[in-house]
Amino acid sequence: MQVSRRQFFKICGAGLSGSSIALMGYSPTSALAEVRSYKLAHATETRNMCPYCSVSCGVLIYTTGDKSKNAKADIIHIEGDPDNPVNRGTLCPKGAGLLDMVKSPNRLKFPEVREPGSNEWKRISWDDALTRIAKHMKADRDANFIEKNKDGVTVNRWNTFGFLASSAANNETGYISHKVLRSLGAVAFDTQARI
Amino acid sequence: MTNHWVDIKNADLIMVMGGNAAEAHPCGFKWVIEAKKDRKAKLVVVDPRFTRSAAVSDFYAPVRAGSDIAFLGGVINYLLTNDKIHHDYVKNYTNASFLINPDFKFEDGLFSGYNPEKRSYDKATWGYQMETVKGGDSFAKVDPTLQDPNCAFQLLKKHYSRYTPDMVSKVTGTPKESFLKICEMIAETAAPDKTMTICYALGWTQHSVGSQNIRTMAIIQTLLGNMGMAGGGINALRGHANVQGITDMCLYSENLPGYISAPTDADVDRKTYLEKRTPKPLRPNQMNFPQNFPKWFTSLQKAWYGNAATDKNDYGYEWLPKRDGAYDVLAIFERMHQGKMNGFVCQGFNPLASVSNKKKVGDALAKLKYLVVIDPLVTDTSEFWKNHGELNEVDASKIPTEVFRLPADCFAEDTGSFTNSGRVIQWHWKAADGPGESKGDIEIIATLFQKLKAMYAKDGGKLPDPILNLSWPHRIPTKPSSAELLMEISGKALGDVFDPKDKTKVIAKAGEQLAGFAQLRDDGSTSCGNWIYGGCWSQAGNLTARRDNSDPSGLGQTLLWGFAWPANRRIIYNRASCDLSGKPWDPKRTVIRWTGTAWAGNDIPDMRPDAAPDENVMPFIMTPEGVARLFAPGMADGPFSEHYEPFETPLDKNPFSPNNPKALNNPAARVYKGDMEVFGKAKDFPYVATTYRLVEHFHFWTKHSKLNAILQPEQFVEIGEELAKEKGIANGDRVKVRSNRGFIKAVAVVSKRIATLTIDGKKTHTVGIPIHWGFKGVTKPGFITNTLTPYVGDANSQTPEFKAFLVNIEKA
Repeated sequence: MQVSRRQFFKICGAGLSGSSIALMGYSPTSALAEVRSYKLAHATETRNMCPYCSVSCGVLIYTTGDKSKNAKADIIHIEGDPDNPVNRGTLCPKGAGLLDMVKSPNRLKFPEVREPGSNEWKRISWDDALTRIAKHMKADRDANFIEKNKDGVTVNRWNTFGFLASSAANNETGYISHKVLRSLGAVAFDTQARI
Repeated sequence: MTNHWVDIKNADLIMVMGGNAAEAHPCGFKWVIEAKKDRKAKLVVVDPRFTRSAAVSDFYAPVRAGSDIAFLGGVINYLLTNDKIHHDYVKNYTNASFLINPDFKFEDGLFSGYNPEKRSYDKATWGYQMETVKGGDSFAKVDPTLQDPNCAFQLLKKHYSRYTPDMVSKVTGTPKESFLKICEMIAETAAPDKTMTICYALGWTQHSVGSQNIRTMAIIQTLLGNMGMAGGGINALRGHANVQGITDMCLYSENLPGYISAPTDADVDRKTYLEKRTPKPLRPNQMNFPQNFPKWFTSLQKAWYGNAATDKNDYGYEWLPKRDGAYDVLAIFERMHQGKMNGFVCQGFNPLASVSNKKKVGDALAKLKYLVVIDPLVTDTSEFWKNHGELNEVDASKIPTEVFRLPADCFAEDTGSFTNSGRVIQWHWKAADGPGESKGDIEIIATLFQKLKAMYAKDGGKLPDPILNLSWPHRIPTKPSSAELLMEISGKALGDVFDPKDKTKVIAKAGEQLAGFAQLRDDGSTSCGNWIYGGCWSQAGNLTARRDNSDPSGLGQTLLWGFAWPANRRIIYNRASCDLSGKPWDPKRTVIRWTGTAWAGNDIPDMRPDAAPDENVMPFIMTPEGVARLFAPGMADGPFSEHYEPFETPLDKNPFSPNNPKALNNPAARVYKGDMEVFGKAKDFPYVATTYRLVEHFHFWTKHSKLNAILQPEQFVEIGEELAKEKGIANGDRVKVRSNRGFIKAVAVVSKRIATLTIDGKKTHTVGIPIHWGFKGVTKPGFITNTLTPYVGDANSQTPEFKAFLVNIEKA
C-alpha cells in the first residue's frame, strides 16, 4: 500500500495511533524533507557600502529580479559584507536599519517648489525645476559677478551664491560639483567635513 | 587617519579621547577589542561621560568638556620631566633641534605678534633661524645636542612646564591620580618597540581650539616615536562614509581638489601663485615633496579646461576665481544673514539642523531669493519656512525665499567610490533605481550645468569662457558616469610622457591612464583631477574595485583591497617606522625596511625607493624640513598649543593666565559682531553642555528610518545624579534646557555616567545633549539641538564649538 506522507497523517487523524500503524507495517514512503527555500537564494546580490560613518562598512544589497532590462529591481534586504576586511560582515545598530532608510516614507519622489510666501509644496517637472534654478543662477551671476577687485586685479568671482556639499555623496559627485562650481566663479561653498 | 581601521589591532595602547568609537564607529571599534584580546593591549578612555567606549576600557578618567589641551599639555610635561621620550626619533625625525627666532616669545597667554583688533597674529617671529651654506642654499640652523635655549625642544619644555599635574587637575577636573596613571601608561610607549594609537573624532574638532587639541596629541605621538608605526599614528575617526573623499575633493573654498591651495587676490598671476606654493627645502637632501606643486596644479588645469588650457593663456589661470576672504560655512551664513547672498544649494546637507545657532541660520535662509535642496530625504532645512510650532516658530507668509526640493538617489541606487577614514577608496555598485523620479547627484549637477552652458552659449553673459571651455568629455553630457569621472580624477597622459632620467623612454603613451602622481608633468602633457588619487584607475583598470582581502603580513594591510591614497600607501610616514639605518624599530611589526638596495616591505614606502639611509632623507617628506614639527608656525593660534577656555566657560579667568582677560578664550578665533554679544555667562547659565551621538542613530539621517526610530524614539538629555537632586529633576521628567540663544525641551535621563567635577575649586555639572532629533522624521518630533550652540569656530578650521558651551536646565 502506497501511502504518502500527507495521507499517512490523514490516516492517523482518523483515529488510529500512528505508532500502531507503523507497527502494523505501514510507514510512509521516504518523505521530501522540504525546507522553505532561502529567500535570498533567488535575489541579486550587489556590493555596496554603508553610507553612515567613516568605517564605510561593506554591505551586500539583495534585490528581486536578475538585473535584466524588464525586471524592476527592488531592495529586500541589506547585510554586512563578510569579505570586507574592515567590518567582516558586521553592521552596527545604525547600519542594521539601512533598509528602512532606503525605504523611508520620507524619501523624496518628485521635484517640488515652494513659492515665495506660500505655505505648501507644489510638484513640478525636472525640466521646469532645473530651468528655473538655472535662470535664477544666471541672473544672479550676471548681476553680481566681480571681474576685477578695487586694485584692478582680475578676480573673476561670484560670491552671492553658495553651495554646501554632502559628505555622503560619492567622490565623483564631489569632483564634478567642484569642477562646475569653480568654473562658475563660485567661492562661497563648503562641506559637511567642516562640521 | 595616518593609519587605518584594521591597523588599530597592532597597537599596545589605545587612547580614546575626543571621541566615542564604541558608539559612533562600532564596526571599526572591533579592532580595539581585537588588540585587547590578541595583543593584550590596553584601552584608556578620557571623556566627560562614562561612554560605552569607557565601559570596556582598562582605565577611564573624566575630563571637563573643553579642557583637553590642559590634559594633553600635562602629558607632554610628564613625558619631558620624566624623560619618557623616544630620543633617537625626536632628535632625528622632528624639528626638536631647529633653532627658533630669538624674538619669538610667549607671555601671559599670548604668543608674540598678537593684534587684538584683528584678533590675529603677525607670525614674523615664529620662524627658524636660517643660514646660507656653500652653493647659496638657505637652510634652517640646528643644534643636534638639543641644548640651545632657542631650539624647539627647549622651548617646548619651557612652554609645557606650566602644565603640572596639579594644574591639570584644577582645570580639567580629572583626579590627579587618574591623570598620572594615564601618563604612566602613555609613557610606556616611548619604548621604540611599543606603540600607542589615538582614536579621536568630533570631541576634539568641535572646539574653538579644535586644531590645537589634535596638534597637542601630534606632539605627544612624535615625542613617543609613534608616527609611521604599525599600531600608531594620529587617527581621526571621521563622520560620513565619504567625508574623507569629499574632503580630498576639497568641496570648500580654500582648496582645489587634492588640497591645492586656491588662488587669492594676492596671487595676481600663475607665476606668483606657483612661486608662493612651491617651497624650497629647509634642510639639505630632503625630498620636499611639495616642490612638485606645479605638476599637480597644471594637470588639474588640464583636466578642467582641456585643450582650452595652453601655455599661452597660463592654462586658464585667469578663469579660476580668486578668494578675498573666508567662505567657510559660518562665514557663508554670516554673509547670508547680512543679506549678501541671493542663492544657495544644499546638496545632501541639512544646515538648519547641523550648523550652530539654528535661529541665525533660519533667519539667514529667509533672506535668500532662492534655495535649492538636493536630498534623498525630507530635510528640516527644506522646510525652514514652515511653522512646526515651538520646534520651528516661523511665519511662512513672511518668508520670500523660493525653495526647490529635488529628489536624489541614495547610496544603494548609485555606483561610484567612497573613501573611508583610513583613506581606502572603495568602489560600490548600484542595486536598484531610486523611488519616483529621483535622479543621481551627478546627473542633477550635470543637467543643471548643461542648461547654464546652453544659456551662456546662446545669450552670453559675464565671463562665459570657463563655462563654455569646461572640459566635458562625457558620452552622455547630462549623465557622466562615475567611471568616466574617476578616470579623469586619477589622471591620464595627453601626450607621450617621458622618463625624466632618459628622455627617449616613453613611460606613458598619449591617451593612457597614468600609473600615479609621479608621472604628472607641468608642461600640459598630463591631466589629473586630483593628484593624491593619482593611479587609482591606472592602465590596469579600476583599482578601487579590487576585492582581494589577502593579508600576507598579518598586519591587516590588505594592499590588494581597494586603493589607498596616496599611492596605495596604508600607513603614511612609514619611513619613520625604521631607525636611521633602515631597520624597523619593531621587527615583529615591520611596515617597511631598507633591503640594502631599496625600501620595501609590507606597505608602499613613504620614501624615494632608492634613498639609501646614509643620504639622510628624513621621513616627513611633505614638509620642507623633512621632519615632523614640534614647533608648528603654520597654525593660526600659536606654534605650540595653549589652553584657552571655551567661549562659554564656567570660569571667570583662564587659570593658566589669570591676569590677562585677552587670553581667556582663543585669542585668534574669529567672532562676528552680534555673536560675541549672545555668548552666555556662567551666572545665568551655570552648567557645561556638550553634544553627543547615540549608537542607534546617525546624525539627522536615521530619524527617517523606522528601525532606528523604534530603538531611540524620543529626544532626551542626560544629567548626573547630583545635578538632578539639586534641581529636583527625576528620571523621565520633561525638562527645558536653555542657552543664551534658545531652548529645547526633552526627557531627562538621570545617570551615573556624567560625573560632577571640581574645577578650580568649584563644583561643575555637565549636561549631555544627544543631537539626532528635528521636526521632520519618523521619530517623535524633537527640537534641533543646535538651537543652543554658539556661533564661533576653531581659529584654524572654523569648525563650530558644538562640544563646550553653557546652559541652564529646569523642569518643563
